[in-house]
Amino acid sequence: MVDCVTGLRCRECQRPFPAEALHVCDYCFGPLEVAYDYERIAATVTRARIESGPRSIWRYKDLLPVDDETPVDLGAGFTPLIRADRLAAELGLGELWIKDDTANPTGSFKDRVVSVALTKARQLGFKVAACASTGNLANSVAAHAARAGMDSVVLIPHDLESAKVTMTTIYGGTVIAVEGTYDDVNRLCAELTSERPSWAFVNVNVRTYYAEGSKTLAFEIAEQLGWQAPDHVVVPIGSGSQLTKVAKGFAELGTVGLLDEIPEVRVSGAQAEGCSPVATAFLEGTDAIRPVKPKTIAKSLAIGNPADGWYALEAMRKSGGSCAAVTDDEVVEAIGLLARTEGIFAETAGGVTIATLAKLTASGAVRRDERVVALVTGHGLKTVEALADYTGPTATITPTLAAFDAAMTFEESNR
Amino acid sequence: MSLTVRVPTQLRTLTGGAGEVEVEGASVGEALKALDAAHPGLGDRLFDEAGGLRRFVNVFLADEDVRFLDGLATPITAGQTLSIVPAVAGG
Repeated sequence: MVDCVTGLRCRECQRPFPAEALHVCDYCFGPLEVAYDYERIAATVTRARIESGPRSIWRYKDLLPVDDETPVDLGAGFTPLIRADRLAAELGLGELWIKDDTANPTGSFKDRVVSVALTKARQLGFKVAACASTGNLANSVAAHAARAGMDSVVLIPHDLESAKVTMTTIYGGTVIAVEGTYDDVNRLCAELTSERPSWAFVNVNVRTYYAEGSKTLAFEIAEQLGWQAPDHVVVPIGSGSQLTKVAKGFAELGTVGLLDEIPEVRVSGAQAEGCSPVATAFLEGTDAIRPVKPKTIAKSLAIGNPADGWYALEAMRKSGGSCAAVTDDEVVEAIGLLARTEGIFAETAGGVTIATLAKLTASGAVRRDERVVALVTGHGLKTVEALADYTGPTATITPTLAAFDAAMTFEESNR
Repeated sequence: MSLTVRVPTQLRTLTGGAGEVEVEGASVGEALKALDAAHPGLGDRLFDEAGGLRRFVNVFLADEDVRFLDGLATPITAGQTLSIVPAVAGG
């Protein structure tokens, strides 16, 4: 077990901390970041070494904060990067790719971060995996804890989509539905972390390691493009952690020599209008993110008080990216657009990304001459409630040819 | 007005290990200043140079973020609980 972590460091005041279950600077409350020995990584890591690794996030273990011969692993990562020409044509884009993270073991990108978090948590001696979740994380923590033989305690808002509740409870852990919003659940878990120090709350006391798992999205995109960075990525924003780490991931590829130089990737963010504190701050040109009370069908992004919102703003502004928010109607329309043009069924957060991509393309913020990657981070079966009014059979008939002919309105196209 | 302040792990070195502290104050700001008076050094950790709450400090009165109330000026009702919670969590 040889990882290249030298310790943790406060992102704000730079104070050093040991590589333990710590997420917040004792002094200024700033977030702790994993500090790596990049020279040592650069001396070890090569494209060939990665390409001969497992078809999962663990092919990038040199750039992850934990090394383990047998990670807590259900096969997260190395999901398809799909060239999306029909969607590009609809939107007026030139080269568009979809990073299809619906293909992860529990159907969302959260498997990336949880696999890293629980591997580290197990090394640190934790026996209980816990989290505050809008649903996708709950699914993933419950599943990976079962895989690792750990107990799990998952806290969720009481009004989640039924598939997300079922997909959490089936793994046999403890699931607590909290009467409140995700931000209430998160505040409760942040307080519980002080009272239950023997539990690994993946997105609280183990968050420093957990968040690093999202870098693998950038690593995979670059590798799948033939070790080239895209010009522009569009990333949904809940807490802002994923967007921040995707930007960091591209930069690290340059730092350790997997790309010739640190690539200039524009990073743009996507939010739903019913919960858009980061997009609002971006458009107002301010650093001050005002928390909001979320009201949107995009529940996986319904974080009114985003922990990494400030860093997401910084990443978007520094990279020359943009940010926008879209209505719930636009989200539903975009889910359908992605499905009928590319055969990918996204959850509501994916609808937010595609609708925002459309909006940013229309405004000129995403350009036709760019190689664009949009992150679709969760599977549509998780949020079918959002589509209840829009989907159903074309017709319901008796089993006769006459009834079929009467119901048949579709004309074969020549495509 | 007497109220209970819940203190996170990160600040318990300053409260002798206590996770809950009783203080007096008519507003959130007064209560936090009273906390600093009782446990010197705490204020430095909570407030920035301009006297506002640090960016990564969240304060909840009766489980509601004070930024949805009247911030540090929010008046306190007897028996309420004030929670200091690190902002970096979740997502």
